[in-house]
Amino acid sequence: MSADNVSSDSVPPASQDAPAKASLFYDPKARAIFYQVALLVAVVWFGSYIWGNLTDNMARQNIRTGFAFLNNISGFDINFHLIDYSRSSTFWQALQVGFLNTLLVSAIGIVLATIWGFTLGIARLSSNWVIARLATAYVETLRNIPLLLQMFFWYFGVLALLPNVKQSIPLPLDIFFNKRGLFFPGPVFSEGFGIVWIALAVAIIASVIVFKWAHKRQDETGVRPPAGLISIAMIVLLPAVAWIATGQSLTFDLPQLKGFNFKGGLHIPPELIAVLWALVLYTATFIAEIVRAGILAVPRGQSEAAQALGLKETDRLNLVVIPQAMRVIVPPLTSQYLNLTKNSSLAVAVGFPDLVSVFMGTTLNQTGQAVEVVLITMLIYLSLSLITSAFMNWFNARIALTER
Amino acid sequence: MSEEKVGSVAYVRKEIVKDLPPPPSTTGVIGWLRTNLFSSFGNIILTAIALYIVYSLASLVYEFAFANAIWEGTEGKDCRVPDAGACWPYIANRFNFFIYGFYPSEEYWRPNLVFAIGAVLLVALATPKIPGKMISGILFLFVFPVVTFFLLYGAGFTGLAEVPTEKWGGLMLTLVVATTGIVASFPLGVLLALGRRSNMPLVRSVCVVFIELWRGVPLITVLFMASVMLPLFLPAGTNFDKLVRALVGVTLFTAAYTAEVVRGGLQAIPKGQYEAADALGLNYVKATSLIILPQALKMVIPGIVNNSIGLFKDTTLVSIVGLFDLLGAVKAGTTTSTWSAPTVPVTGFFFAAIVFWIFTFTMSRYSQYMEKRLDTGHKN
Repeated sequence: MSADNVSSDSVPPASQDAPAKASLFYDPKARAIFYQVALLVAVVWFGSYIWGNLTDNMARQNIRTGFAFLNNISGFDINFHLIDYSRSSTFWQALQVGFLNTLLVSAIGIVLATIWGFTLGIARLSSNWVIARLATAYVETLRNIPLLLQMFFWYFGVLALLPNVKQSIPLPLDIFFNKRGLFFPGPVFSEGFGIVWIALAVAIIASVIVFKWAHKRQDETGVRPPAGLISIAMIVLLPAVAWIATGQSLTFDLPQLKGFNFKGGLHIPPELIAVLWALVLYTATFIAEIVRAGILAVPRGQSEAAQALGLKETDRLNLVVIPQAMRVIVPPLTSQYLNLTKNSSLAVAVGFPDLVSVFMGTTLNQTGQAVEVVLITMLIYLSLSLITSAFMNWFNARIALTER
Repeated sequence: MSEEKVGSVAYVRKEIVKDLPPPPSTTGVIGWLRTNLFSSFGNIILTAIALYIVYSLASLVYEFAFANAIWEGTEGKDCRVPDAGACWPYIANRFNFFIYGFYPSEEYWRPNLVFAIGAVLLVALATPKIPGKMISGILFLFVFPVVTFFLLYGAGFTGLAEVPTEKWGGLMLTLVVATTGIVASFPLGVLLALGRRSNMPLVRSVCVVFIELWRGVPLITVLFMASVMLPLFLPAGTNFDKLVRALVGVTLFTAAYTAEVVRGGLQAIPKGQYEAADALGLNYVKATSLIILPQALKMVIPGIVNNSIGLFKDTTLVSIVGLFDLLGAVKAGTTTSTWSAPTVPVTGFFFAAIVFWIFTFTMSRYSQYMEKRLDTGHKN
């Protein structure tokens, strides 16, 4: 197409006075359109080639297509589920169980890894030589060992060395630890307990209002009301008052050894412990590095200026250093949260029934509908990633430097 | 007042007094200890806690790896004694399996030769003082993979015995997957990065979608996809090696991450460089390959090395789709009946952790060194 244009354009001699028009061959716009059309053709051709092979292969191997299989009975058990699930549930329910387990691991993992990571990051900057060195050694060691290896180490190596149920290690507060996991008392909420939850909700909403009011008051008068203290007091006291007023309607179901296993209470399976433990220890090293870099990125002059203004040590950290460090910390922290969520898929290797294990593992084997299963799983992870980064972008925009 | 008068007054000093030495409590070992460990009450407690942690960790490792360790034996039974520490005979017994997998032992010289060539090329490429980066780069990126393939696989014109990829394993496989992933994903990553920076909307969006798609999903799903779906994508009857499937997945996945690192380098190049290239009348290909990329790629060496560290650690995931990399080999060994003993898994993973750590720690030190070397001090 372009070759024709060149020859036809170059033949007629351009008149001397009119501005010489470059041939289409040398016109950047024409070239851009040509390249893009070529790319589009290539992509479409590649897509149709793959699609053709796919349908051909699937027809040849008698693989069913479509998403109807989601309504079929799964016929397999899942040993850890947050919602009702049994052998006679559908694949759709199995998908939900796996998805919720992935969410559970990610959510707990993110909270714990953040706490531990911030602690480590601050410890690395400690003026105490031993603490700083210890934190550095920890980070440099665990960061450089593959996560999967760490999971295997804790699950097949360490947790397997724990005693049997009969010889469980008793921990304080009626907690027991053995090969089958961690058994601990579960709260039993009686009927009147709803009012405590309501009190907690009220306290949280009130704290938000207090914070807004405190902010406004500081803008107007320069006085800073102790909003943090007030809200902590409210969040602790209101539910406590409600709890006492309703006559202590909270009891605990204690785990008790009956026969070969513990009955009652709550139970965390060893798979979940290994996955969380490894995820938190590993991701915290990356968060620690981010926190350290963020704090070091705040110019020394800022701290010195705060000291010159006579701010207390805590105020200097809370009002000057941390807000500025957060601007540096938040974007890479987001990607670590995403990494943790994606890395939770390694749970499949130690047998924790997360999304990949339940769906890409068992469901795929049972139904053989690879294309649909892989597509659904990837889409779920993709949307989790997009949602997290959208939220973090919003948060980042909120705390970003507002230039006046 | 005259000069003599000043000189004659006895109490006026004529020379400057020497500095007094600092108080002994602030210098030397004691001073260092006071400022760094015992500066306040809180600090003293922290130091005590930290020293206790160090002591208990050190004694734990010492007891496990040395004091209570079993050094001699031929099977798991020998390690099945009460309070046994590490079961070192397991490592010694399986060492060749951990390094070469099922590779026939009389052919071990082939992987060894590949290791040696790779090491020499890497040293030549990574040491700034050695000249001829262009040659060593071309050798490492283009010649070395081909040589490696024919040496390891054999068959054909080489006259070497054929060793199918099912027999590859251990550290050798880990290195093959990691190196292929890094080398093969590099050109694709650069292309994607250039595409994402392009002015053409369609090119840009294709690249953005490709990059974000791979970056948004976990590697394990990519590997699953590669192992179950790739055969369906190709014409019927195409025989597809398990290792090649994993390599395709790893390469596409890594390319997306490489692209983002390279994009960082492209963005860091001042606009003047692009304009200067245009002013010289260079076309896109020449401007990119002669002006932009040489500067951008030099800038992103630390980023690429960091990516490689990540990939090197991620290669362990191929053990989930049924390949015996170092971790897979270690794990497979722990489940055999001859080596069933309580501490065998811990020992195996401890050993694998040390091997992985040596590789990744070296890479991360190199990345830091390059970062310092490339930091010419005129950022921004």
